[in-house]
Amino acid sequence: MSDKIKISRKNVEFLKKIEDLSGEVIMRCDQCGVCSGSCPMISEMDITPSELMRKVQLGQEDVLGSKAMWLCASCFACTVRCPRGLDVSKVAEALRQVNLRKAIDHIDLKDIPDDEIKRLPQIALVSEFRKFTG
Amino acid sequence: MEDEGKDNIRIGVYVCHCGGNISEVIDVDELAEFGGKQPDVVLSKQNTHMCSDVGQQLVVDDIKEHNLDKVVIAACSPQFQGATFMRAVEKAGLSPYVVQLANVREQCAWPHYDFPELATEKAKGMLSAAIAKARFSEPLEKQTMPIGKRVLVIGAGIAGIQASLDLGDAGFEVYLVEKEPSIGGHMAQLSRTFPTEDCAACILSPKMADVPANPNINLFTYTEVDDIEGYLGNFKVKVTKKPTYVIQDKCIACGICEEKCPIKNIPNKFDEGLTNRRAIYTAFDFAVPGKNLIDPDTCLRLTKGEGVCEVCERFCPEDAINFDDKPEEEEFEVDTIIVATGFDIFDPSEKKVYGYDKYNEVITALELERMIVHSAEGNPIRDLGKKIGFIQCVGSRDEQIGREYCSRICCMYATKLASLLKHSNPERDIYIFYTDLRAYGKGFEEYYKRAQNLGVRFIRGRVAEVFKNSDSDKVTLKVEDTLTRMIIEDEFDTVVLSVGLGLSKSTDKIANMLRLAKSGDGFLKEAHPKFKPVDTNREGVFLAGTVQGPKDIPDTVAQASAASSRAIRLMNQGEYPIAPIIAFVHNDLCDGCELCVDECPVDAISMSSDKAKVNDAICTGCGSCLASCPRDALDLHLYTNKQLLGEITNALKEKKEGETKILVFADDTCTYRLADSVGTAKLSYTTDSIIIRVPSGSRVTPKLMLAALKLGADGIFIGECEENASPYPHSGGAIKENVAKVHEILRKEGVKPERVKFVQFVTVMLGGFVNNINGLASIAMEAGAIPQEKRDRLVVNINERLFGEKYV
Amino acid sequence: MKLPYYPGCTLKTKAKNFEDSAIAVAKELGIDFIELPRWNCCGVVASLVSDDLMRLLAPIRNLIRVQEMNKSGLIKDEYRLVTLCAMCFNTLKRANLRVKENPDDLKKINDFMDREEECYNGSVEVVHFLEILRDTGFENVCKKVKKPLKNLKIAPYYGCLLLRPKEVGIDDPEAPTIQEELLKALGAEVIDNPYKKVCCGSYQTVHNKYAVASLSYDILTHARQGGADAIITSCPLCAFNLDNRQKEIIENHPDFTEIPVFYFTQIMAIAFGLEEDVCGFDLNWVDPKPLLRERELL
Repeated sequence: MSDKIKISRKNVEFLKKIEDLSGEVIMRCDQCGVCSGSCPMISEMDITPSELMRKVQLGQEDVLGSKAMWLCASCFACTVRCPRGLDVSKVAEALRQVNLRKAIDHIDLKDIPDDEIKRLPQIALVSEFRKFTG
Repeated sequence: MEDEGKDNIRIGVYVCHCGGNISEVIDVDELAEFGGKQPDVVLSKQNTHMCSDVGQQLVVDDIKEHNLDKVVIAACSPQFQGATFMRAVEKAGLSPYVVQLANVREQCAWPHYDFPELATEKAKGMLSAAIAKARFSEPLEKQTMPIGKRVLVIGAGIAGIQASLDLGDAGFEVYLVEKEPSIGGHMAQLSRTFPTEDCAACILSPKMADVPANPNINLFTYTEVDDIEGYLGNFKVKVTKKPTYVIQDKCIACGICEEKCPIKNIPNKFDEGLTNRRAIYTAFDFAVPGKNLIDPDTCLRLTKGEGVCEVCERFCPEDAINFDDKPEEEEFEVDTIIVATGFDIFDPSEKKVYGYDKYNEVITALELERMIVHSAEGNPIRDLGKKIGFIQCVGSRDEQIGREYCSRICCMYATKLASLLKHSNPERDIYIFYTDLRAYGKGFEEYYKRAQNLGVRFIRGRVAEVFKNSDSDKVTLKVEDTLTRMIIEDEFDTVVLSVGLGLSKSTDKIANMLRLAKSGDGFLKEAHPKFKPVDTNREGVFLAGTVQGPKDIPDTVAQASAASSRAIRLMNQGEYPIAPIIAFVHNDLCDGCELCVDECPVDAISMSSDKAKVNDAICTGCGSCLASCPRDALDLHLYTNKQLLGEITNALKEKKEGETKILVFADDTCTYRLADSVGTAKLSYTTDSIIIRVPSGSRVTPKLMLAALKLGADGIFIGECEENASPYPHSGGAIKENVAKVHEILRKEGVKPERVKFVQFVTVMLGGFVNNINGLASIAMEAGAIPQEKRDRLVVNINERLFGEKYV
Repeated sequence: MKLPYYPGCTLKTKAKNFEDSAIAVAKELGIDFIELPRWNCCGVVASLVSDDLMRLLAPIRNLIRVQEMNKSGLIKDEYRLVTLCAMCFNTLKRANLRVKENPDDLKKINDFMDREEECYNGSVEVVHFLEILRDTGFENVCKKVKKPLKNLKIAPYYGCLLLRPKEVGIDDPEAPTIQEELLKALGAEVIDNPYKKVCCGSYQTVHNKYAVASLSYDILTHARQGGADAIITSCPLCAFNLDNRQKEIIENHPDFTEIPVFYFTQIMAIAFGLEEDVCGFDLNWVDPKPLLRERELL
């Protein structure tokens, strides 16, 4: 089943917003797929990194509801390989920030079991909360 | 030779609409009216296309009817249609040098299309400047230089071979120089060619055989070019023939020496190191010349000394071995040069992620070509296995390694190699991993479909990594199939890297010798991307083949024939036209101080009866001698002091109160063309600038700069070619000195020296041009207006300041 | 040689074994780690959006401390800041590069931190301990080896933040060799493997622990298949994901055999013949002592 979409002013504005926030010229992505091929978290993702870029290029705001951007580990494997010189991790961050800046945290301390909190090194908790809270 | 004394100058002004390109921005009525009001202008007309037959005829008719002596046309760039209008006025009986173009298209309407009013005002200044230049123009005659029929072709791959044959057949004398022992280049290494699958060696061999058979071609193989000096019609070439240690005339290529040679393990370059050769060898089996030679780095006799080995000498039936062979230097003169030095493939060791250095199973496409040839001859080098993957764009379209361009042929050669592998074993599973499949040429799309019919699988995805899992012998390849968004991670028997092309390393030396420019992609630059694809920025030097950019064999052959044709065009009539940009001396002003003699970078000035004299034949027209003359006795035809001063005065006359105006002196070879490119690309820069054309930035003397500042310039910018692209390699130093002198005077007078700036460009630096001009205008604007008293003081005691007390 | 040293949060507690072994090993090589006074959290993880200057305050404040150290005489003319944790290294270096390239941003940050006694002037260079070892020469490491690790097969593991992005990384992101050179200098047999630069999953371990376990499983299995007895790392988060998460790996792959995960400084300490307690092996989840005893290194 494929949806029909229109590309309206609103879609273009969404693309511009993500381009500004990430500092990346997302329209330059030619969908080669190197980022997806390099991503360590891809098996968990609902859409691939290149698909994420594609949706942003088409200004599809529903990409904000995807799981993929929350699974990014900011490992920069995509960054060092993109033949167009784009930084996909920055695009993922921009998408996360759009959500987080609405004061909607992605994770809650309460959801982490006590024994995990005892086990986890501080660095894990610090980086997780910096990444996924507004 | 000037129009001095002739008060009654009659100038005709024409404003071209350029089919809307100009008239949509600039108010052409206002401009024409303005032009008509200028002194000495007797008529001012408009036309939609001045360069058309109608437009040209208008000029011709008006010259006759209205007795015009000078013609000024506000239109496109003189580099674009300048020659057209020169021919038109010649037709009407005038000297071609009395017509001047005001470049209101590339340098006004186009870059300033958002500011029509400002553009119109600027166009007025430009038109006024052009009128001044025309007013003071000299009715010089076109000059010609004699030229012979000798051509140097550097590089004997298919491009060099084709060019040489064309020229040789046309009766021109060719010196074909090739650094390898045989001609043929990379094409000789190929198995089949796309899209016809012809055997490369079979179609190349007859062409190669034609070369020594052609009586007009002097073939120098195993020869390096050491030095090239001179210019069109007068190139002096020095080459060194490397010693082969085998007397070529005696060698019959029987092969006995090779059989006997004890050194067996030298990697064979022709086979990309996949097979070995002996220390005495032939380049390949259909080499031309098909003779043996000895490798001096690996031969025992040549490395260890007399008495060691010498087996080949003992067994040679023709007594052809000569261990005392020495390099031979040769010199010859040619009139034109064709550079056909070809490409190197991208070294995939640079792209570590594909594991070329680590894994034997990863090979380049060129290695595969050799393997296929050997297989076809019944000597397979290795078993490639059943599952083969091709990785496209290795070393191309990749910003991570600084190779942004597309190498053009890889999609097709991969399709070809895959098809050949399928033909020889239909059981094979072959995949080509691509981002775009570029099958643009004749028969290409059809060939691609045939490959698909054969069962070659095309997967759209750029391979992320090639690696080996520790529990496996085979290489694994990881890629996203972007069309289904699935990740493919699978093992292959062989992975072929479709490597891109780059400029061959040996070309750098030639490019430096000839001072040829490079394009942004690293290949040698053509003079004009559309209309002069085989010319270079140097007259008489042409490009053919992959040295100018990646291309396939048909395009290479076409370019080679094109380059020959361009060379023939210059040489065929025994003489060629030159613009008489030559320095000359106003004898009445020269006081014999001799300061100019040492300044000339080509030693064209000497003293004769106590006056300076310029040798017309040697003078290159750079104008750097003018800055050395305290008496303004030295001048430059086509860019005389009167003309430039007139241009500057008129350009600044239209300046309004509170306006900032910077003058941009743009050298003809690079900066002026760059400014045209900027306009053509519709990039915007400040209207506060006016561009003045000079043959070289060194024409802009300190006196001229200071005069400009006095007359109202708020900033001065000099743009010049970078050294290796400049026909005047000494100009950079000369300009720096001139600017330094002006800076010193500015500092003394309390004027900000940053207002005068010098930058060296290459013609691709569009953004650089825009930023520099805008930047200088900002500096000038921020620094504020210079009061007229300060301006006047800049030219006081100028000879003393520039040359010392002696020259006051 | 004295170097300003930034420990970071975890190295003082859960990864004390990393710090202790590092300080001991450095001392052996004639390098004194002088801890930064009043250091604060490095600010991990670096913000990847264009408009976030707030996130730069924490790292820049640490860089100001280096300036203060020089001023107060705690250290003389040394503006290199050495780190051990790869995440701290990356965050600090990235922030440093950002403000050096954007003087306007630096000015804003300095103006905002008006309670600081000094402005950050861009003089600090953030380095990782491995870089110091490489720059002073691995031969010096060789010289201090008393117990060459010749019976030990070790797989290097870089993770991501030591190598990427290119302007921050300490080595070629596709073919790094710095850990291999270190291991060779210690006399160990190097087990190269393609997973040495694949991310361990990083902070995803907090709420996606099985995804991380799956990644670790791949990394560790490939190392083991290559013949490795152990794997080294330079980051407390990588160590946790590779080491502690073996518990979750075993949940899903009951036949998985544990493999010890060392901080590179721990095996350096072993090779240098230092006292076992600087290594703090009780903080390692998989006990490496049996392996070391078996190879007669302990």
